[in-house]
Amino acid sequence: MKYTEIMVRYGELSTKGKNRKDFIGRLAGNVTKVLRDFPQVEIHPRHDRMHIVLNDAPFTEIDQRLKRVFGIQTYSPTIKVEKTLDAIRETSLALMKETFKAGMSFKVNTRRSDHHFTYDTNELNLMIGDYLFKNMTGLKVEMKHPDLVLRIEVRQDAVYISNQLLHGAGGMPVGTGGHAVMMLSGGIDSPVASYLALKRGVDIDMIHFYSPPYTTEKALNKAKELTGILANYSGRINFIAVPFAEIQETIKEKLPEGYLMTVQRRFMLRLADQIRAKRRGLAIFNGESIGQVASQTLESMAAINDITTTPVVRPVATMDKTEIIRLAEQIGTFDLSIQPFEDCCTIFAPPRPKTKPRIDKVREYESRLDIAALVNRALDGMKITTIYPGDKFLANKAKEDTALL
Amino acid sequence: MIYFDNSATTKIDSKVLETYEQVVQTIWGNPSSLHKLGDRAFQLLESSRNQIANLLGTKPDEIFFTSGGTESNNWAIKGTALQKREFGKHIITSSVEHASVANTFTTLESLGFQVTRLPVDKRGCVSVTDLRNAIDSNTTLVSVMGVNNEIGTIQPIAEISDLLDNYPTISFHVDNVQALGKNIWSRVFTPRVDLFSLSGHKFHAPRGTGILYKKRGKMIFPLHDGGGQEKGLRSGTENLPAIAGMAKAIRLLLENEVQKANLEVTIKQRIVDYLQNKPGIKIFSQSSVDFAPHILCFALEGIRGETLVHTLEEHDIYTSTTSACASTKSEEASTLVAMHVDDKDATSAIRLSFDETNTIEEADEFIKVFDKIYQHFAPINHLGE
Repeated sequence: MKYTEIMVRYGELSTKGKNRKDFIGRLAGNVTKVLRDFPQVEIHPRHDRMHIVLNDAPFTEIDQRLKRVFGIQTYSPTIKVEKTLDAIRETSLALMKETFKAGMSFKVNTRRSDHHFTYDTNELNLMIGDYLFKNMTGLKVEMKHPDLVLRIEVRQDAVYISNQLLHGAGGMPVGTGGHAVMMLSGGIDSPVASYLALKRGVDIDMIHFYSPPYTTEKALNKAKELTGILANYSGRINFIAVPFAEIQETIKEKLPEGYLMTVQRRFMLRLADQIRAKRRGLAIFNGESIGQVASQTLESMAAINDITTTPVVRPVATMDKTEIIRLAEQIGTFDLSIQPFEDCCTIFAPPRPKTKPRIDKVREYESRLDIAALVNRALDGMKITTIYPGDKFLANKAKEDTALL
Repeated sequence: MIYFDNSATTKIDSKVLETYEQVVQTIWGNPSSLHKLGDRAFQLLESSRNQIANLLGTKPDEIFFTSGGTESNNWAIKGTALQKREFGKHIITSSVEHASVANTFTTLESLGFQVTRLPVDKRGCVSVTDLRNAIDSNTTLVSVMGVNNEIGTIQPIAEISDLLDNYPTISFHVDNVQALGKNIWSRVFTPRVDLFSLSGHKFHAPRGTGILYKKRGKMIFPLHDGGGQEKGLRSGTENLPAIAGMAKAIRLLLENEVQKANLEVTIKQRIVDYLQNKPGIKIFSQSSVDFAPHILCFALEGIRGETLVHTLEEHDIYTSTTSACASTKSEEASTLVAMHVDDKDATSAIRLSFDETNTIEEADEFIKVFDKIYQHFAPINHLGE
């Protein structure tokens, strides 16, 4: 079936009163971003719905992308036909045949904004319903809870027909929730936390700590590729790589083993907070989950969080590992997350880290270090790249392979 | 030159050779190395595996790289027999297998396994009823080739699959060395097939490459222990340039597969039309759907196969005797002997094997040359009298 346009219904943003215009504008911008390689597509944001005119762009491809745009509640692929009974009948039948499966019930739902059209809504409901009933076998009519609703809209310019209600990603348009930084490790949890931040409309910059030669280029590229998957939900994401080896080496050299982890984490948070301030973010997000590892006990969180008053948001804090994994599989980050490249959290991990570090001790140990100098050198070495949906960094030789094979 | 011996080997495709050379020169790291040269090699190895799996309709982790058809056959059969030795020691094959299958069974027999070799009919075909009767509670393996290498019979793999659906514990191996790219793949690779073998040089890939397909979950004993390559089942540093070449060769082979097979059918049919009804000529490869398009085996009465091969060679035409006919008549491996073809005719048989690089003009040229040879030999042997 060749769809001509897509009708998009807004999610939660419809409840946001006078800010509505901003929300719709942001959503339209985000949709434009994910469809940027289809220049023929026209996007018309209206106060109650958005119409995407395909102009021959392939629906299946666009469908894949719309699914991931936050702020869309539902959407319906629609076919525009001329205002004749024959055209309405024919297209309705073709649409129903394509989507109907044995045992389904249906109803016809006509709306008319052109009140000069030859038939009124009841007549159209009856005539089209009759026509479908005669030309298809096994159809059941059901007014209250039909499986399929064939929607016919008679507008001034043409008639628009659809019978599918596809679910969007929900949430709020990315950007409406403000700007923040996200601490992305490359494990299972932080990509899920990133997804949840984006889902609430927060526009995030990724911060990733890397420690060559202790960590490999692959670990860095894995984090970048994860960002490429997450960028599907926001159009693009800035990726900030921060060198961390010097800090880790210094801490290991100068501080007692039990506090290595806590102090390392404090440095990470300190760096993240400075980057946030420079980039005018309002909060720091991370993938911590209460009690999962030594650094994620409430005592540890308190000792680490001690260095800043910036809100630290932990979207997966109360989720079970199995719940996090399910979500990771759903958003497509799981398979990549479990690739076994060591990241900077696992190297220098002491065999017996303190699960209940004392803040006063942490502060005292830390004061032996030249914190400002270490932080500044790390910030000087940071590298920012913009990552687009689906960008690949690990399998970057795939094209070369295709040419060879 | 006319090369009608494509079942023996094929000439490497120049595009495949290009890939081989490029990989040798630029991606020469060991796929197991930790550094980026190793990474690059590993990635190409896996890209090759993915492409091959895609083309053959398997999952990537079901494709194992070997050194060729002989190794794949040895591994499939010995690996399964050894793996399952505690559950039974009865293994079944046909009496028309390639030597790498037949002799593997003989070896296992000498080690105490009980072997049943299924007879064949006049077409060289095994019977599913015979197989059913042969199966007992100790049977662990059935190995039947997809396409016979001497006369081209396509074995009833689908029917055997149906039968073996009732015996889920029996492993089913198919030697498909002669069967790829002939537009018959779905007949020789069914969902019931647990293992199959392929050999790269039969389809314009470099020598020393082969594939063993092993269905997910099937266990086989490794024959090569060592560094743990190929999931620990087939150790030895991977022959990456050849493997990449093979991946490309399979892609090229399967492009326009139907047209290629049709060309082979046309060439075969043209020669069959000429040979048919000629006094003293016996055709063993029929033109029916039970035979692969690319193999034509026939005999000229009274003339040894070897003699005919050499006479054709003088005219720059390359063919072969069927693999075992030229040797002693007690040779068990010969398909023709298993078909109860007269010894005299069996020793006279020659095999033409075509592929997509041959042309109809070559078929006509062959007919012209062969006709001269025939006219020469006919009176000497009193053919048609």
